[in-house]
Amino acid sequence: MDLPIIPLLNALLYASVLFLIAGGLSLIYGVMRIVNLAHGNLYAFGAYVTAWSVGAVASGAPTAVLYLLLPAGALAAAALGALLEPTLLRPFYKRAEEYQLLVTFGLLMILEDVMRLLWGPYPLSASALWEQMGSVTIQGNLYPNYNLLVIAVGATAAVFLWAFIYKTRFGVVLRATAQNMRMASALGVNINRIYIEAFTLGCLMAGLAGAIIVPSQSAVLGMGVDALVLSFIVVVIGGLGSLEGALVGALIVGVVREVGITWFPEIELAVLYLMAAIVLLVRPAGLFGRP
Amino acid sequence: MTTLAVALEHRSSARILTYAVPIALALLLVPLVFEQYHTILLTYGLVMAIAALGFNLLLGYTGLLSFGHSAYFGTGAYVVALMVKYLGVRSMELHLVGAIIGSVIVTGLFGVVCVRYTRIFFGILTLALSQVLWSLAFKFFWVTGGTDGLRVPTPTLLGVVTGQDDKTAFLAHAYYYYVLVIFFAAVTVLWVIVNSPFGKALQAIRDNEVRAEFVGIQIWPYRWVAFLVSGVFTGLAGALWVPLNGLTTPDVLYWPFSGEIVFMTVLGGFRSFGGPIVGAVIFNYLKTYAVGLTVYWQLFLGVVLVVLVLSLPTGIVGTAERLLARARRRG
Repeated sequence: MDLPIIPLLNALLYASVLFLIAGGLSLIYGVMRIVNLAHGNLYAFGAYVTAWSVGAVASGAPTAVLYLLLPAGALAAAALGALLEPTLLRPFYKRAEEYQLLVTFGLLMILEDVMRLLWGPYPLSASALWEQMGSVTIQGNLYPNYNLLVIAVGATAAVFLWAFIYKTRFGVVLRATAQNMRMASALGVNINRIYIEAFTLGCLMAGLAGAIIVPSQSAVLGMGVDALVLSFIVVVIGGLGSLEGALVGALIVGVVREVGITWFPEIELAVLYLMAAIVLLVRPAGLFGRP
Repeated sequence: MTTLAVALEHRSSARILTYAVPIALALLLVPLVFEQYHTILLTYGLVMAIAALGFNLLLGYTGLLSFGHSAYFGTGAYVVALMVKYLGVRSMELHLVGAIIGSVIVTGLFGVVCVRYTRIFFGILTLALSQVLWSLAFKFFWVTGGTDGLRVPTPTLLGVVTGQDDKTAFLAHAYYYYVLVIFFAAVTVLWVIVNSPFGKALQAIRDNEVRAEFVGIQIWPYRWVAFLVSGVFTGLAGALWVPLNGLTTPDVLYWPFSGEIVFMTVLGGFRSFGGPIVGAVIFNYLKTYAVGLTVYWQLFLGVVLVVLVLSLPTGIVGTAERLLARARRRG
């Protein structure tokens, strides 16, 4: 029997995107103890910005220029995050968690309609990028090259993040803040700056996920809300606040979803949600979380 | 309880009656005074008020923020729709019984899982579980109609009243009073619950879990019962909502709908008993007008929510109470 390479690649593709979204969500929670319900909308925002900028210059521009536009969505989402944290979230750190959830739910509603306002109610695609990469033949089936690029970007992002958090000075400060905000502050860490940087980094990851996936799908309204629930499953399985957890969780969800689509399509989503619930029951802090 | 506390308690219930009775009388007169359209809008508001009141037993009285109450609302709605489709049941009373049984089963099960957690994990877990139901309603389209949902014709009230000739008149008159009676009953039952020793125990758990445990309250079973009662009231509201809407779709199971229930409760004020009622009715008007006015109604509601939590965290009722108290001190 041949190795099921194509389903495996599909699972990896899905996991790459999910890791970026859920990793951002988890990073923000780990450092700031905030669950951002509007996180999925930043992913959608990244997708829209990339699709729009590719569409705006697509006619006649050389392909290389179009690929340079890919990160536009990620940068736009990061900029939006850098704007939102000090203005909207900062007043809520001292308030009860309920209010934090509510204000990010309000933000979700606002961002959803801002995207409708800016880009209209119809899907926006950037398929030019996807088509131009052609495809390879794997076990007699065509597989788009672009998907391989997405997997590569996901893997690279994971490595970079790991290096960033465990090998740089900024990472040390970030981890110190996550562990004990007051102590870090007493040792001279500028908490406000760390918070804004962590939030921006989380948003950058979400935006990058949107930017790299949009050429093979398209940007639609509501994609953020769907993505948020899936990344909840990932962080619940992996452990909220843990990047390793987000990676493992994304891989598990990617594989289960791929198997589910083939074998039990009706209850594929239900199985994912139940898995998350079971993990929470058995290991409340997730597979990699600190209790 | 000391004599003083008893006296205060009596005075506060007496004061509540002084404004509850006029409001109840005014509600009775609504179909006679207003157009059918406005009466039906208010019916929606009252139905959502039952859901929000039930939800607030958890948020306001037990201190647990559920982001999954769409599950129980949707259970009520879908039980009714499935009873109509597969059993041909048209009696509203049987629908209500079915919805209560259905939501007891669902909340009972979900509750066992959820009440072990508090705070953010409770919110995420309730959300995740509600999405199980959503995905089932969404995927098993040959049973549930998928995204098209299930149509529900007007039911028979008390075995006699049917709305077969004029649906609008039925909804604006007979059905309004039907909902109103159940609304009064729900308010009374919940009022009794939150003022009973059980309700006081829940508030003790909310304020200080450790101390409550030292006093001898068993946290876990109390929370579970609160979860159950809360979900059943929301399920009841779902059942009442279906005939009004004429259709149930997976949207009522989707988690942003849970967010709306949270929204209306906070809008009214979750620290007071009547807050969710005021919030649900006002939210319903606000949403209806915003949807009629602009396609960007979500933007409008989102801004309202952000401004609300920033500047009026106690909601409409809480703020009104504070202003009244200040005015009284001056006067």
